[in-house]
Amino acid sequence: MTISIQIPTPLRGFTGDNGEVSVEGSTVGEALQGLIAKHSALAPHLYGDDGKLRSFVNVFLNDEDVRYMEKEDTPVKEGDSLSIIPSIAGGGGAR
Amino acid sequence: MTLVQNDETATLPTLTPQEIQRYSRHLIMPEVGTLGQQKLKAAKVLMVGTGGLGSPLGMYLAAAGVGTMGLVEFDTVEESNLHRQLLYGLADVGRPKIEAAMERLNVVNPHVNLIPHPVRLESSNALDIFKDYDLVVDGTDNFPTRYLVNDACVLLGKPNVYGSIFRFEGQASVFWAEKGPCYRCLFPEPPPPGLVPSCAEGGVLGVLPGIIGSLQANEVIKLIIGQGEPLIGRLVLFDALRMKFRELKLRRNPECPVCSENATQTELIDYEQFCGFTPEEESLGDDIDITATETQELIDGGTKVTILDVRNPPEYEICRIEGSVLIPLPELQDRLGELDPRDFYVVHCHHGPRSTRAVSMLRDVGFAKTKNLAGGIDAWSLEVDPDVPRY
Repeated sequence: MTISIQIPTPLRGFTGDNGEVSVEGSTVGEALQGLIAKHSALAPHLYGDDGKLRSFVNVFLNDEDVRYMEKEDTPVKEGDSLSIIPSIAGGGGAR
Repeated sequence: MTLVQNDETATLPTLTPQEIQRYSRHLIMPEVGTLGQQKLKAAKVLMVGTGGLGSPLGMYLAAAGVGTMGLVEFDTVEESNLHRQLLYGLADVGRPKIEAAMERLNVVNPHVNLIPHPVRLESSNALDIFKDYDLVVDGTDNFPTRYLVNDACVLLGKPNVYGSIFRFEGQASVFWAEKGPCYRCLFPEPPPPGLVPSCAEGGVLGVLPGIIGSLQANEVIKLIIGQGEPLIGRLVLFDALRMKFRELKLRRNPECPVCSENATQTELIDYEQFCGFTPEEESLGDDIDITATETQELIDGGTKVTILDVRNPPEYEICRIEGSVLIPLPELQDRLGELDPRDFYVVHCHHGPRSTRAVSMLRDVGFAKTKNLAGGIDAWSLEVDPDVPRY
């Protein structure tokens, strides 16, 4: 099934400036793999050398953190929205 | 609980006739009323950072009659601050921000007791500064300070009104360990240095901190007067380009190292180290850096040097070094085929951090003759070619 993945601004440089990418998959993990298949440069930013999602990468299915669901095994359904939530630190203070 | 309780209302300060006049539009609303305004007058709010977020925050909180406001800031005003930091004007360029901010806020509302903390917030001073305030507003611009603000608030049981911005995107929440998740529950670890560009590297829409900072001010006032639904356990995301607000549910992490029952960290730590910054990170050593003057001398002496610019295209539009090749850092890995490992590259960005990472990456894949232009194109403008505009 098709779901959309929302790409945060800091990672859009790796998706050809796309803020939203549609992928196929039946779990969160499959959807993320689908994203990487389309945009391979994203891979090191999402996954560590051990093949696991990096700890600073937050993935939300609709408005819920998948860490408190079934993580990458969380099932997704048609029309769901997956969001990668970035750590951003800007406060407009620095030059 | 640090904020005013109902049984403490007898000790709240009274409002002077002048204050009643000033705050009348607050006083006639039942949600604020005289009691709410008295709570505002009694409140002590600490603003960490008086930059983009701190500007609207500071002005709205002062205007609203927050009785005591502490300001933590050590920076000076620069011209590139002015497109978003409304506390400052052109005449303030070069002045300490805290001095100019105090002046401006005093003009907004002379009834506010302003307390300056002209220091860099560090593990050694954070608890001492925070302890006298009811709540803390995070308007900082870097990961180490954000983790420090969070952890100090958790340790002292104070609410942390969070806001963060990048380009066209903003986030806001209220982290208060006594009532919900903390910042570390959401972001257990920071991204490695360099993954997320700073506003200096990535830019920021000038009006964005105005929106996010105002959301923070709104949450501060609600927490003080005890009205409405605070932004606890919720993260608001704002996308200025699409004009969309979204809300995500945040949960306490039962394994959180600072705020859970099983907390493993019970004091402040070295946050620079926690965020992966080491002194060597700034520069990989003398052998990797080359100055603008040295580069020009090599070129003048006939050495074949390719200047590789790893900034983003809009920055290349502003200014460039003649004859340079542009490959933005995010594309570098995929475009290595356009470069020859036998060539001598001098890599530059705006000030140096991105090109340092690029040189490190290039050397790892066999580009031995690669150097980093120390100080970036800014140094080139200062040392070699003043016709290159600085930004």
